[in-house]
Amino acid sequence: MAIWFSRSRKIAHFLKPKISPSEFLYKICPNYSNSSSFRTLSGENCRNPQAFSDYSTTILSFRRRWWRPESTRAGEQVETPYSDDDYEDENQVLDFPGGRVTFTPEMKFISETSDKRIPCYRVLGDDGYPISGSKFEQVDKETAVKMYESMVTLQIMDNIFYEAQRQGRISFYLTSLGEEAINIATAAALTLDDVILPQYREPGILLWRGFTLQEFANQCFGNNADYGKGRQMPIHYGSNKHNFFTISSPIATQLPQAAGVAYSLKMDKKEACVVAFTGDGGTSEGDFHAGLNFAAVLEAPVLFICRNNGWAISTPISEQFRSDGVVVKGQAYGIRSIRVDGNDALAVYSTIRAAREMVIREQKPVLVEALSYRVGHHSTSDDSTKYRPINEIEYWRTARNPLVRFQKWVHKNGWWTDDDESELRGSIRKQLLTAIQVAEKTEKPPLAEFFSDVYSHLPSNLHEQEKSLRETIKRHRQDYPTDVPL
Amino acid sequence: MLGVIRQRVTCRGIPTSTLEQGMRVVASRAFSSSAKEMTVREALNSALDEEMSADPRVFLMGEEVGEYQGAYKISKGLLEKYGPDRVVDTPITEAGFTGIGVGAAYYGLKPVIEFMTFNFSMQAIDHIINSAAKSNYMSAGQISVPIVFRGPNGAAAGVGAQHSQCYAAWYGSIPGLKVLAPYSSEDARGLLKAAIRDPDPVVFLENELLYGESFPISAETLDSSFSLPIGKAKIEREGKDVTITAFSKMVGYALQAAGILAKEGISAEVINLRSIRPLDRSTINASVRKTNRLVTVEEGFPQHGVGAEICASVLEDSFEYLDAPVERIAGADVPMPYAANLERMAVPQVEDIVRAAKRSCYRSSSLAATA
Repeated sequence: MAIWFSRSRKIAHFLKPKISPSEFLYKICPNYSNSSSFRTLSGENCRNPQAFSDYSTTILSFRRRWWRPESTRAGEQVETPYSDDDYEDENQVLDFPGGRVTFTPEMKFISETSDKRIPCYRVLGDDGYPISGSKFEQVDKETAVKMYESMVTLQIMDNIFYEAQRQGRISFYLTSLGEEAINIATAAALTLDDVILPQYREPGILLWRGFTLQEFANQCFGNNADYGKGRQMPIHYGSNKHNFFTISSPIATQLPQAAGVAYSLKMDKKEACVVAFTGDGGTSEGDFHAGLNFAAVLEAPVLFICRNNGWAISTPISEQFRSDGVVVKGQAYGIRSIRVDGNDALAVYSTIRAAREMVIREQKPVLVEALSYRVGHHSTSDDSTKYRPINEIEYWRTARNPLVRFQKWVHKNGWWTDDDESELRGSIRKQLLTAIQVAEKTEKPPLAEFFSDVYSHLPSNLHEQEKSLRETIKRHRQDYPTDVPL
Repeated sequence: MLGVIRQRVTCRGIPTSTLEQGMRVVASRAFSSSAKEMTVREALNSALDEEMSADPRVFLMGEEVGEYQGAYKISKGLLEKYGPDRVVDTPITEAGFTGIGVGAAYYGLKPVIEFMTFNFSMQAIDHIINSAAKSNYMSAGQISVPIVFRGPNGAAAGVGAQHSQCYAAWYGSIPGLKVLAPYSSEDARGLLKAAIRDPDPVVFLENELLYGESFPISAETLDSSFSLPIGKAKIEREGKDVTITAFSKMVGYALQAAGILAKEGISAEVINLRSIRPLDRSTINASVRKTNRLVTVEEGFPQHGVGAEICASVLEDSFEYLDAPVERIAGADVPMPYAANLERMAVPQVEDIVRAAKRSCYRSSSLAATA
């Protein structure tokens, strides 16, 4: 059937316009009008010859993707994404690939800016009181306290590990200061089944899911207990059991990968989605376009979260893009999107809960732009005072601090006291210092881990190389570091 | 059986009598009882079909693989048989669909990603190397990537510089990748099946000009469970005077050269590498230890090429056995020109291989490369 099919398509191609493809099909398939419908190149639903119905249903099962139909029967439509009411006067409408459009004699350019920026969803005022008229999902005491405690833990962890790098104890670190609300509120709104594809400023998700301070320290020190077996730079965490994909340095590669993971996740039919993060800088990468476009076309259940923190190392967003931020890009891909105040833990929580629900229920992607500010330097390799004013950093670190705002709300509900605060901070600090000491003293990964995991099974050439290396070390022990267990 | 080969060979205008001796060796290796023939295209198509049928996690993705039946018709009939969920036509973004494929592999599917030509894989090379090849190692075994990247590689005919590069050396240098280069239909079937079943990322380098070429095929090869081991080269023709290594299209040239050399009393051993990474160093070295002379043949650029690696390996393992310097035949060190006469000069020809073998056997007046 397939061969006949392709032949008939060839014939149709060679036909002069005097016989339209639909007429031709009518001639060869008399029971043309009786069958299941499919969407044509022009985006309209067309009647489909019975002979082709088997073929087309398999195509239909994945709906309208890059469909190049065998017939186009213009003028006949049942259902389009754009309502029929728009086209009252048949004369005002044109058919083109992609659907019907009204035409206009007026030449009008769409402005590159709109007079009003997309507003930002916010719930908590700076004073910790919910803004009047705000709609949000209520958070119970247990969740709220856990959220606040996690935000504090993340903040202290960042400060202490940063110091450790400055002291030369670890080679590198990257903080999430200023973005604690995005990290923790998002994590709280998801479930453990949701698969996370992070950029690198989202360790709060791991923290929420139960990754211990010791496990964080182990990865940063690259010791034997590190789940990554010392293969990666610090902060490149990854954990299968926490459904958190190992962090990969190239920017935005996780975005098309997320669409692929979602493609696979769909088959599991779980009550779960894929959550992929990127920063404002990552939206400039080609992978951002490919990832969002594909997710929309493939109808992949991915929640894209963009942490727009204003800076990509030294590049401010005014030099990153000229659009109204990232939220407006969603519609360009046919993706529902929202802008939220990333420093408002309650707003982020509500937004992610709603977005996740949409993604899972409708099995299509959603884009969330969380506005925030990168309080810390890009990483320990950066000194941001070189390219931005110190008072700007200080302002965001203090007056616009997400922890302070959320703490006021938790405190007002009677769920948190100043004593709890100092006790928590003291305890976390102690735990961290202990974790670092333990991690520092723990052995480094042994020699066998140098060659493992390159492939699923150790190939013979690497086996030989390992043997040869062990021989060499035995003979020239003094030339090799003493802290490598053999 | 030999009648089939004789027929095929005569069509190419090569006197059958002289080739028969060599071909007999090939015949006895290539097939047992059946005299069936199969083109490389059919071999790849049937391999894909059988693997997709056997494992529902295998799916094909790329430009024109579905509706169009494949840019080179390799995936003909697959969309109709398996539906658009398993044969996915993509928009034009190599970076996009390679990234998606890798993501799907991260989460347990077994994608086969087709590049219209490996030249276009450069637009996705970050995903191939940083997202696929290194992931198992960097995640300490938590993320395995059972993906296959396939498509035509190397020069075609009259397609110019941006469509003619050979990527064997580039991908062959990456730990974490496996790189295969089939020549015959048996190679195509066996190696593609092995690649799809393999838990590691595999780069599968086909050749556009070989797609239409027909090879005899045994009943064993036609069985759906058939596969070839990754990392094993094949001795296409046994000999005792000089070893000629080649892969992909150059294997055919090497065999022709061996036929010509036989007339002049030089018995050449032709090795079809089949696997660029891992390279079958033991087969190559065993052969060199027998013949004491080596000619490496490849279509790609000479610097840092496959021949350079083979040469280094032989020097390391079999230095005392060499009676002559290693001869390296490669493509010209220029971007591939379009004009037919220039193109011909940019790619190795059979005569280049014959002259190199003779030089290596001291059969020319001097050892100069122009001899």
